[in-house]
Amino acid sequence: MSNIKTLVQQLVEKHGKTRNSLMPVLQGIVKEERYLSEEAMLTVAEELDLSAADVYGSASFYTFLDTTPRGKNIVRICKTISCHMQGKDELIHAVENTLNIKVGETTHDKKFTLLTANCLGWCHKGPVMLVNDDVYPAITVQKAVEIIETLAKHTK
Amino acid sequence: METKILKKVDLIFQESNVNEVIDIVTKTVTRSSDDIILDIIDSGLKGRGGAGFPTGLKWKFTKNEDSAVKYVICNADEGEPGTFKDREILDTVAPKVFGGMTICGYSIGAKEGYIYLRGEYNFLLPKLNKQLEEYNKLLKDNKIDFTIAIKSGSGAYICGEESALFESMEGKRGEPRNKPPYPTVAGYNSKPTVINNVETLVQITMICKMGPDKFKELGTKDSRGSKVFSVSGDTPQAGIHELELGMPLADFVEDFGDGDTKAVQVGGASGHCVPRKQFKDTIIGFEGIPTGGSMMIFNSSRSMYNVLHDYLEFFTEESCGQCTPCRVGCQQLLKGIESVKKGERKPAYLDELKKLANTMKISAKCGLGQSVANPFNSIVDNFKEEIIY
Repeated sequence: MSNIKTLVQQLVEKHGKTRNSLMPVLQGIVKEERYLSEEAMLTVAEELDLSAADVYGSASFYTFLDTTPRGKNIVRICKTISCHMQGKDELIHAVENTLNIKVGETTHDKKFTLLTANCLGWCHKGPVMLVNDDVYPAITVQKAVEIIETLAKHTK
Repeated sequence: METKILKKVDLIFQESNVNEVIDIVTKTVTRSSDDIILDIIDSGLKGRGGAGFPTGLKWKFTKNEDSAVKYVICNADEGEPGTFKDREILDTVAPKVFGGMTICGYSIGAKEGYIYLRGEYNFLLPKLNKQLEEYNKLLKDNKIDFTIAIKSGSGAYICGEESALFESMEGKRGEPRNKPPYPTVAGYNSKPTVINNVETLVQITMICKMGPDKFKELGTKDSRGSKVFSVSGDTPQAGIHELELGMPLADFVEDFGDGDTKAVQVGGASGHCVPRKQFKDTIIGFEGIPTGGSMMIFNSSRSMYNVLHDYLEFFTEESCGQCTPCRVGCQQLLKGIESVKKGERKPAYLDELKKLANTMKISAKCGLGQSVANPFNSIVDNFKEEIIY
């Protein structure tokens, strides 16, 4: 049995075999795999007894449920007005240069994906960066680069 | 940090641990549910998420529905640009939110409560789950038949709209439903549901603790109580401030501005932009401009074109795409101001765009599309030159 199948079955077991479990199941897969592969979505459809289109429909609606391959660490930088006013452009450029990718891309070693996000809820402490679930408010360019470099060392 | 004119209030963030909240809850549930609901109606509390529906009435309607299953939902999908108070509330005084939910459950006859927490706030989960475990156990020990669980969002602004939130909780795309039926009749799982904002639920706990009269002493006739404001932008006092409702915007700017305030965006991206000349005559409250708490301050160094462009980009990306007025309207407004800026269109084209925004106001299915006209018209009307040149 493939890893995905085991993972999906565990998640369905935990959250229950109902339509209402679809979000937590998809979220659980993204937490482990960083994105939803075709295989993952088909398995979820089978396990929850839904049509594949139904699962894809929900999955593709949500920004945090990616359906394209992502790196092991997902870096999101808030681009909404308050962070804009507090230097999100400089922050994005610095991270782009450190990772040598543009927004929306994944590094060759598959360690990082860089994305922008709409308001992350830290308007009084911008700019803000979210790395996976960890939040870094009022971050300086220097500190952001340090965080990325440390993470690069520790990600296998 | 001090304010010179406005009085600061300390109710929401007044510390309250789990045991104190359980104490308030157990005392409250010795009263009849009708009495509690009457108190909430009497207090004049209106929803703190922005729409401002009277909380007590919402509860009464749901209580009156005949259904064995009902739900209480705490809307913690705080996505409005410029708003960050709910995160702070859940981070520092979450038990008071649980208390409000429990009192609501008892009052309307619901046994299950859910907190819909936006995915961007997942870092709060370990702490909240731990607090909930302790809280749920204490409810059980006190023989109160109610449990609270958390459901996570996955990065969609529209899920803050109540019916889209239910859809999301049911594992579907976060697309708003037609109304009626309203949530009080058919909400989560099509059962009668009370959905309240995080801050509203904290106010419930405080009203039950100190009585409605104490609450009514704050604010004005139409805007009772205090409100947590999320202050950001060009201000030396960025952060969270609890103030009385019904204040003149001029006083707010005097206390929070940097001395060079050009405009204040009240109520986030979907709110209204108030220019300097209107500060004196604008009241922040339900009799004037209501707000979910977002106050973004812009000084004269800021380009209002950039501000509007940012908002429109936000709405274009966050529109669920279900109804045509919003899906196409947001895109066209954005393209429209870009083409006026570039000189491809004459300045008079802005009037056409305003017509489009006003059409969205009456034809879009939900609050997202309907409210785009608020920032659009208020910025275009008051800062026309900045949009054109």
